[in-house]
Amino acid sequence: MDLLEHEGKRLFAEVGLPVLPSFVARTPEEARRAAEQLGPHVCVKAQAKTGGRGKAGGIRVCGTAAEVETAAADILAMTIRGHAVESVLVERAVDIARELYLAITVSREVRSPLLIFSREGGVDIEELAKRAPEALLRRPIDPLLGLLEYQVRDVVDAAAFGPDDPGGTGAGRTLASVARALWKLYHEHDATLVEVNPLVLTKGGEIVCLDSKVTVDENAFFRHPDVLPEPPEDEREAKARAAGLAFVPLDGDIGVIGNGAGLVMSTIDQIAAAGGKAADFCDIGGGARSEVAQAALEAMFAGPPVAAVLVNIFGGITRCEDVATGLVEAIKAAGVDAPVVVRLDGNAAEEGHAVIEAAALPNVTLALDPDEAVKLVVDIAGKRAAASEPAIAAQPNAEAPGGDA
Amino acid sequence: MSILIDNASRVLVQGITGREGGFHAGRMLASGTNVVAGVTPGHSGETVQGVPVFDSVHEAVAHIRADVALIFVPAPRARDALFEAADAGIKLIVCITEGIPVRDMAEVMAHLPRREARLIGPNCPGLITPARCSAGIMPSEIFMPGAAGVVSRSGTLTYEVVHELTQAGIGQSTAVGMGGDAVHGIGFIECLELFEADRETEGIALIGEIGGDDEERAAQFIRDHMTKPVVAYVAGHSAPPGRRMGHAGAIVEGTSGTAATKQAALEAAGIPVAASPSELARLLGEAIKRRRTT
Repeated sequence: MDLLEHEGKRLFAEVGLPVLPSFVARTPEEARRAAEQLGPHVCVKAQAKTGGRGKAGGIRVCGTAAEVETAAADILAMTIRGHAVESVLVERAVDIARELYLAITVSREVRSPLLIFSREGGVDIEELAKRAPEALLRRPIDPLLGLLEYQVRDVVDAAAFGPDDPGGTGAGRTLASVARALWKLYHEHDATLVEVNPLVLTKGGEIVCLDSKVTVDENAFFRHPDVLPEPPEDEREAKARAAGLAFVPLDGDIGVIGNGAGLVMSTIDQIAAAGGKAADFCDIGGGARSEVAQAALEAMFAGPPVAAVLVNIFGGITRCEDVATGLVEAIKAAGVDAPVVVRLDGNAAEEGHAVIEAAALPNVTLALDPDEAVKLVVDIAGKRAAASEPAIAAQPNAEAPGGDA
Repeated sequence: MSILIDNASRVLVQGITGREGGFHAGRMLASGTNVVAGVTPGHSGETVQGVPVFDSVHEAVAHIRADVALIFVPAPRARDALFEAADAGIKLIVCITEGIPVRDMAEVMAHLPRREARLIGPNCPGLITPARCSAGIMPSEIFMPGAAGVVSRSGTLTYEVVHELTQAGIGQSTAVGMGGDAVHGIGFIECLELFEADRETEGIALIGEIGGDDEERAAQFIRDHMTKPVVAYVAGHSAPPGRRMGHAGAIVEGTSGTAATKQAALEAAGIPVAASPSELARLLGEAIKRRRTT
């Protein structure tokens, strides 16, 4: 789970990382009051779980409380990369001498945390990593040993603070304690990412964490009962998650239900290859029970219109007969009238077919293999979309004559 | 022959008194696997499906020789179970448990080499050498002994491919479900190396999915080290790009990770990439046939 900048900075402060005085504001009013307390020279920053805030205009430096109020009003009305801005962070501004980069994240390759540092931080860090990989210091951290002192020294050496830098070589000592505190945060809070970009050296010679990017491991929430999991934004996702299903809303019109993440992903790929577009990724796992199938269908139909549904089940240990029984009940209970293509194979597939055939639901079609099932559902969805298209096209003319003039 | 497990393998099940552990121990026994012991703290002296239960792995191995530990212990206690198995001298550990924190797995992976133990998983269906040994939750009914090696990051896609292979009369030497967590045990390369050395295996199906760079690194390994034919399938071509916070992920992983980059890397190494699981089974059948006739 990603944290907002101000949530990350609260953790920063807890482990002793240097952050600037700030207040979170949810209204322009609150922002102005914050500026009055902090002094007029402040930065107003959109709180959104995405990068590119600066480029989108979500970060403004202000000189008066009135400016802060206007900036906050503008930023609170923004949506950045699909994320509505619900709060701003009003933070005391500083004069920057140098921007550095410091992060710890998990590396799949070395199967351990990896510390990354660069004396040239800022928004172009990825460019730098590509152009001059040697400009970035990388040190794998043995999770059983923690960050070692030589690694901390490597960071300070790479920063190469000289007598011309504000604070001189003394800034190195602060940087060392920042590196140690960042590891402490990463380890103790079960983070999978902690990133400070930029980590700045101010003209006054102080080291300050100007931004925070923190991602915590949802699988470790049992160790952190104080952390509240965030509710999903999408209604379909919320419904499915409540029923214990893995559900990702997509933007097509073919509903997809399957068992196993790989199988569902593969089914969606094949729908795309056949010219269709999936409305969701829904993995019912070993869920043969009718409640699970019903929850999946309900979640699917809570979203934008679905032209057709494909149920693709390979019964390993799961018996297809149980899935079929659950599905038939669910289709009846949820009142699904959209066409449903069902493919059952593996364990008790024949019994499953018999259940579907006996139910004789007019909108349910059995497919014998996955390739046929995909072809069938894409065909049906295509025809339904074509049939409903003239009606949709006619609407603007009927409701708003001359509207496009 | 086969890889990692065969009919001599003696399996110990950690978490055998749990619902999943007990159920799958029963299925493994029914398929002919030597399930020799179970472990659940506080349950010493009990039996599950006729298998004796011990309080600890150390206690179990003091009484009964075991060479594979299969873990069904819930995620919050899985780290401890993994350390316990390795410290008790078990050299092959298979962890079915899903939802283990990344920190715990990184710690386990830092420790296992000190005990010379190998891990499969976590969050995986385990592995099977058909008709000889099943160490995991794969449905043994759809498997058949033979010449195809299968290594996969996805459970159900493995079943799908194996089902097609079996129906086409192509049996399997060993199928390994390695799991897809960010930090996991053995990967494609280790399995490919073992399949290359295994006399029984004549061709390998590699089933990948989005995320990480296991497939990209496997592609290079296949090009440089494999003489046996390898065919591949990658799931997730139309998956929406994951939200990525910050820059560190991009710095660490670069451009790898999408289904397209994986497919391109595999194809560039001369590995046929199937468009569907059923095509993968077909490609493997053809590759094995070609190898036999030349």
